[in-house]
Amino acid sequence: MISEILQTLPQVLVDGLALGAVYAVVAIGYTMVYGILEFINFAHGEIFMTGAFAGTAALLTLKSAGLLGAMPGWLAYLLAFVIAMLLTGILGIGIERVAYRPLRKAPKLISFISAVGISFLLQDIVRFIADLKTGNFIVTGITLYDSNLKVAASSLWSVFGDAFIKTNTIIVLAAAVVLMIGLDLFVNRTKWGVAMRAVAQDRDTASLMSINVNKVIALTFFIGSALGGGTGVLFAQQYGTIDPYIGFTLGMKAFTAAVLGGIGNIRGAMFGGILIGLIEMLASTNLGILTGGSFGAEYKDVMSFLILIVVLIFKPEGLFGKAIKEKV
Amino acid sequence: MKKWKKGLGAVMVTVLGASLLAGCGSSGKNSSAASGSEGAGGDLTVIKIASQSPLSGSSSAYGESIKLGGQMALEERKDEFKKLGFDLQFVPYDDQGDSKKGVANAELIGADKSVMAVLGHFNSGVSIPSSVVYEKYSIPMVSPGSTATDLTDRKLKSVNRVVARDDFQGPAGAEYAVKTVGAKNIFIIQDQTAYGKGIADSFQNAAKELGANIVGYEGITVGEKDFSGVLNQVLSKKPDFIYFGVLYNEGGLIVKQAREKGIDVPIMGGDGIDSSGMVDVAGDKLTNVAYSSVATDIIKSNKEWADKYHQKFGKNPENYAVYSYDAMNVILNALTKAIDANGGKVPAREKVRDAIRTTTDYQGIATKVSFDDKGDNKYAKVFIYKYDGPQYPGSMISEVEPK
Amino acid sequence: MNKWIFVLRQNKLVLAAVYAVFVIVTALSVYLSDKSVVSFLLLLSSFLLLYYTAFPNTVKWGIAGVLLLIVIPFATSGGASHESYMEVVTQCGIYIAMALGLNIVVGFAGLLDLGFIAFFAVGAYSYAIFSTPQVSNFISGNLFPLSGSWFWLFILLGGFIAALFGVLLGLPVLRVKGDYLAIVTLGFGEIIRLIFNNLSKPVNITNGAMGISSIPPPNLFGFQFTFPHQFYFIVIAILAVVLFGVRRLEHSRLGRSWKAIRENEIAAQAMGIPVIGTKLTAFAVGASFSGMMGVVFAAKQTFIDPTSFTLVESATILVMVILGGMGSVPGVILGAAIVTILNLQVLTELTNWFNQLTLNGIVNIPSALSPSKMQRLLFGVILVLMAIFRPNGLIAAKNRKVNEEKLKANLPKAAVPIGQSAKQSGGAFK
Repeated sequence: MISEILQTLPQVLVDGLALGAVYAVVAIGYTMVYGILEFINFAHGEIFMTGAFAGTAALLTLKSAGLLGAMPGWLAYLLAFVIAMLLTGILGIGIERVAYRPLRKAPKLISFISAVGISFLLQDIVRFIADLKTGNFIVTGITLYDSNLKVAASSLWSVFGDAFIKTNTIIVLAAAVVLMIGLDLFVNRTKWGVAMRAVAQDRDTASLMSINVNKVIALTFFIGSALGGGTGVLFAQQYGTIDPYIGFTLGMKAFTAAVLGGIGNIRGAMFGGILIGLIEMLASTNLGILTGGSFGAEYKDVMSFLILIVVLIFKPEGLFGKAIKEKV
Repeated sequence: MKKWKKGLGAVMVTVLGASLLAGCGSSGKNSSAASGSEGAGGDLTVIKIASQSPLSGSSSAYGESIKLGGQMALEERKDEFKKLGFDLQFVPYDDQGDSKKGVANAELIGADKSVMAVLGHFNSGVSIPSSVVYEKYSIPMVSPGSTATDLTDRKLKSVNRVVARDDFQGPAGAEYAVKTVGAKNIFIIQDQTAYGKGIADSFQNAAKELGANIVGYEGITVGEKDFSGVLNQVLSKKPDFIYFGVLYNEGGLIVKQAREKGIDVPIMGGDGIDSSGMVDVAGDKLTNVAYSSVATDIIKSNKEWADKYHQKFGKNPENYAVYSYDAMNVILNALTKAIDANGGKVPAREKVRDAIRTTTDYQGIATKVSFDDKGDNKYAKVFIYKYDGPQYPGSMISEVEPK
Repeated sequence: MNKWIFVLRQNKLVLAAVYAVFVIVTALSVYLSDKSVVSFLLLLSSFLLLYYTAFPNTVKWGIAGVLLLIVIPFATSGGASHESYMEVVTQCGIYIAMALGLNIVVGFAGLLDLGFIAFFAVGAYSYAIFSTPQVSNFISGNLFPLSGSWFWLFILLGGFIAALFGVLLGLPVLRVKGDYLAIVTLGFGEIIRLIFNNLSKPVNITNGAMGISSIPPPNLFGFQFTFPHQFYFIVIAILAVVLFGVRRLEHSRLGRSWKAIRENEIAAQAMGIPVIGTKLTAFAVGASFSGMMGVVFAAKQTFIDPTSFTLVESATILVMVILGGMGSVPGVILGAAIVTILNLQVLTELTNWFNQLTLNGIVNIPSALSPSKMQRLLFGVILVLMAIFRPNGLIAAKNRKVNEEKLKANLPKAAVPIGQSAKQSGGAFK
C-alpha cells in the first residue's frame, strides 16, 4: 500500500500544485473583497468561469479569423489572457456598481442574497451565449501547448514512479507565481496599495484622509476579478473543456482556501490554495487505496467541504488570520 | 356539445382577459399558444407523438439526433395520416438528461390525452423512472438509446427499445478485451449513473468469467474536468487495459488526460462514447480507444438515407438518429394498425401500446425489429469499433450477433 | 377606482357578491375549456384577492378551505388536462410547505440557510430506502421492505429525522454567524447530496447516482394514491397542519424570541433568551416541514435520485421566501406559488409553444433560448432586484399591532412595580 502511494507521489505533487495554483489565484479574489468590504463575493467563482469562456472565445475568434496559425503560440496565449482579464475586471467593477454598492449599508444577508443572484445570472448568461454560438454549452477550446515533459523522479529514488508534466502546467505555475508576486508588491509598495489597506482597516477614517473609497473599492473588484478571469484562461488551457457550471465547485474550494489561510490575508490565501490543491489530489488518488476500494475518488469534494466546515467552526480566523473580538 | 363547451370557454377567457388586462400581459401569450395548437389542425383530429431526449446538457448531441431522427420519420408520414383524418404532430420535450425533469415531463405528457406514444429517452437513468409514469397512463414508449437491463427487466407493458441491452454489450466488450486484445489486468472506471455503472458492471462480470483480473474499480462524477486523481490510481495499479462506462464528455477528457500522463494502454468504452463529441474533446490524443456500440455506422451502411438526413438538417446523422427514425416508424405502424382496428377513429392508448409490443420483423433502415415479451428487440446487434486518431466514427472491427 | 374600493371595503355584501362572481366565472372557464393556463391562474389568484378582502379572518380561512377542497378539484376536472392542473397545484403545496419551513429559519430567526434542500432529501430518502428492496442490502429480515400503508407513519418519521438533521446542521451556529453560516450550510447541503450520491459502496444504502425507483405509492385501507389529483388531498392536509403550526408559532413566545434574535442577537441574549437553543429549534422546526414534504415527494414521484437535491433547488426555495417577503407568512405562500407556477406551467408552456412555432417553420427560435432553461437567469434577476428594490418582498411582514388603549385598560389603576406590568403586557401579547 505504502509503495503504491509513494510510487504515484511525484505525479500527485505535480497535479496537486497545478490545481492548487488555480485555487490560490482565485482565492485571492475572495480574500481581497472580504478584506475591504467584509462581504463574501459569492459570484467570484462565476467570474472565474466567465474568464475561462472569454479566453476560449478569444482563441476561437482568432482561429476563425485565420490569425491563430500566423502568430506564435505564446502571443495568442497572452492575448487570450489579457482579454479575459480586462473583460472580467470590468465585469467585476460593473457588478459592484450595480448589485453591491446600493446595498453597502443594508444588512449583510441582503447583499449576500444579491451576490447569489448575480452568480446565477452569470451562469445562465454564459450558458446562453455558449449555447447559441456553439450549439452546446460544454465548450472544447483550443489547446495551445499540449506537449509533455517527463520528470524522471525514479532516478532520485527508485520507489518513485516517473511523473509527466504538461507544458501548460509549467505555464500555470509560472503565471500564478508572477501574478501573486505582482499583487503582493502592488499592495505593499504602491500608493494605491496603501490606500487599499487603509480602506480595509477603517473605511470612514480612510475617507477622512482624502482617499476616494469608492474608487479604491472599484479597483479592488477590478484586480480581484481580473485575477479570477485570468485563472479561468489557465484552467481552460489545462483541462481543455469548460462549461458554465465549473465556477461553483471551484469557487467553493477557492473560498475554502481563502478561509483556511485566514480570510482577508492575501499571502494566507496563496498558501491555503496550494494546500487545498495538494490535499484534494492526495485524497482522490489515495482514498481508494487506503480504504481498499470502499471509498474512492468520488469523495474528494466531500473532503474539501469538510475542511471548510471544520475550519469555520473551530478556527474561523484561519491559519494566518487574527481572531477578531466582537465589540458591542 | 363539445364545440359548445369549447366556444363558451373561449368566450369566458376573452371576457376575463379583457376585464383583467393589467394582470395578464405576459400570460396572454399562453392562451393563444394553447388555442393556436388546437386550431392549426382544422377538422382533423390531432394526434401527438412526444419525444423525450436531452436537448441540453452533456448528452445533448445524442438527444438532438434522437429528436431529428424522429422528426424526419414523422414528417415523411404526415400526409399518410392526413388521409386517415388525423393531424399528426411531433412534440419534442427536453429531459436535460435529468431524471427529475424526465418524470415531470412524463406527467405532462400523460395528462395530455392527445399524446399516443413517446419516443425516447436516451439516458437509462431517465428512462427507468419515467417509464413508471408512462405505465401509469398506459402510454407506450420506444427507446432508441437506453441500454440498461433494468429498463425492460421490470416487464412493464409500455416499455420497448430497438437497441441491444447492456448485458449483451458488456460481454461483447469483454470478449473483445480479453480474447482479441489479450488483456489480463483491467482497470474499470464508471460515472455512477444507471448507464455507466450498468455497463461497467456487466463488463466486469464477463471479463472475470473470461479469466481477466480486475485491478481497480473507481467512480467519477459527471461534470468534472480533472480526472488526475483516478488516473494516478491507474498509474499505480499498472493495468494493461482500461474499461470505462462514461459518456463522451468525461470519456474524452479521461482519454486525453490519460495519454498526457503517459498511460498508453488500450482503453475501451460503451456506446456512450460513440459520438463525434469524443473527437472534439480528446483531439489527437484519441488513439487506441475501442468502443462497443449498439448502432451501425449509417453513413457507410446506407449512404442514401444519410444524405437525405444531411439535406434536411444540414448535418451528418449521429448514430442514434437512424435508430430513432426506425423507432418512430415502429410507433407509427402500430398507430395505423390500432386506428384501423378501431374503425378509423382515435384508438385507446392501451391498443397502441399492445400494437407496438406485437411488432414483428419490421425491416427498418438500421435494424430489423421484433419485440419479445419484455420489449427488447430480438434482432439488436452490437458492433465493435475503434478510434485510431481524431476521426469519427471509428473503424468497425466486428459485428456481434445476438445469441 | 378609489371610490369603488371604498364601497367594497364598506359594504361586505357587495364585496362578497363581487368575489363570488369572480370565483364562479374563473372556475367555470377552467371547467369549460380544455386547457387554459390564463383562466387557471386567475382561479388561483382568487386566493390573493381573498387575502386583500375585508372579511374577518375566520371567514377568510373558511372560504379558502371551500376553494381548496371543493372549487379547485371540481373546476379542473372538466377538461383533458385535469391531471396537469392537479400536478401544478400539488407541487405548489409541497413547495409552499417547504418555503414556510425555510421562512422560519431565514425569515423569523434571520439565519441564512443555503442547504435547505438537504432536509427534503433526508425525508425523501428515509421513505424511499425503507419502502423498497434497497433496505435489504443492509437490514435482513422479512419486515422490510415496508408497504405503502406505512407512508402515513413515515410522514411523521420523515419530519422527525429531518428535524434531527436540522439540529445537526444547526450545530455550527454555535460558532458561526452571518454569511459564514450561509457558506457552512451550503457546504453541509452539498456534503449530504454527495454522500447520497456515493453511498452505494461499501454497503449499498442509497443506490448512488442511479437513485431509487419503484417507490410504493401511499395506501389507505387498500386505496392506492397514484395520480396527482389524489396526492392533492394529502398535500392539502399536511399544508393545513403546517400553516396552523406556523401561525401559532409566529406569535408564541418562541416566535417572538426568533424575531428578537434576528433583530439583535446581543440584545436578545441580554433579555434572557437562550440564543443557542432558540436557533436550534428554528432549524429543527423548519427542517421537519421540509422532511414531511420529502416523504410525499418520494411517494409521488416513485423515483428519487441525488440530482433532485442540488444547490439550485435550495436556491429555488430561497427565491420563494425572498420574493414573497422574509418573515411574512402570506408573502411566502404567494412567493412559493408564483415561482412554482412559473417553473412548472408558464415556462414549460412557453417552451412548448416556441417548439411548435419552430417545428411549423413560422419562426426559428434556437433551443438555447427556450424559456424552460432560463430558470437560473430568472432566479438571479429576482434575487438581485428584490435585494435592491424591495428587500421586504411582495407582501412585507407585519408585526401584530398592539392596541395600546386596551393594554392600558387592562392595567390595574394603582401604580405597579415595573417588572409586574411587563409581565402583564406580555400576557396581553398572546
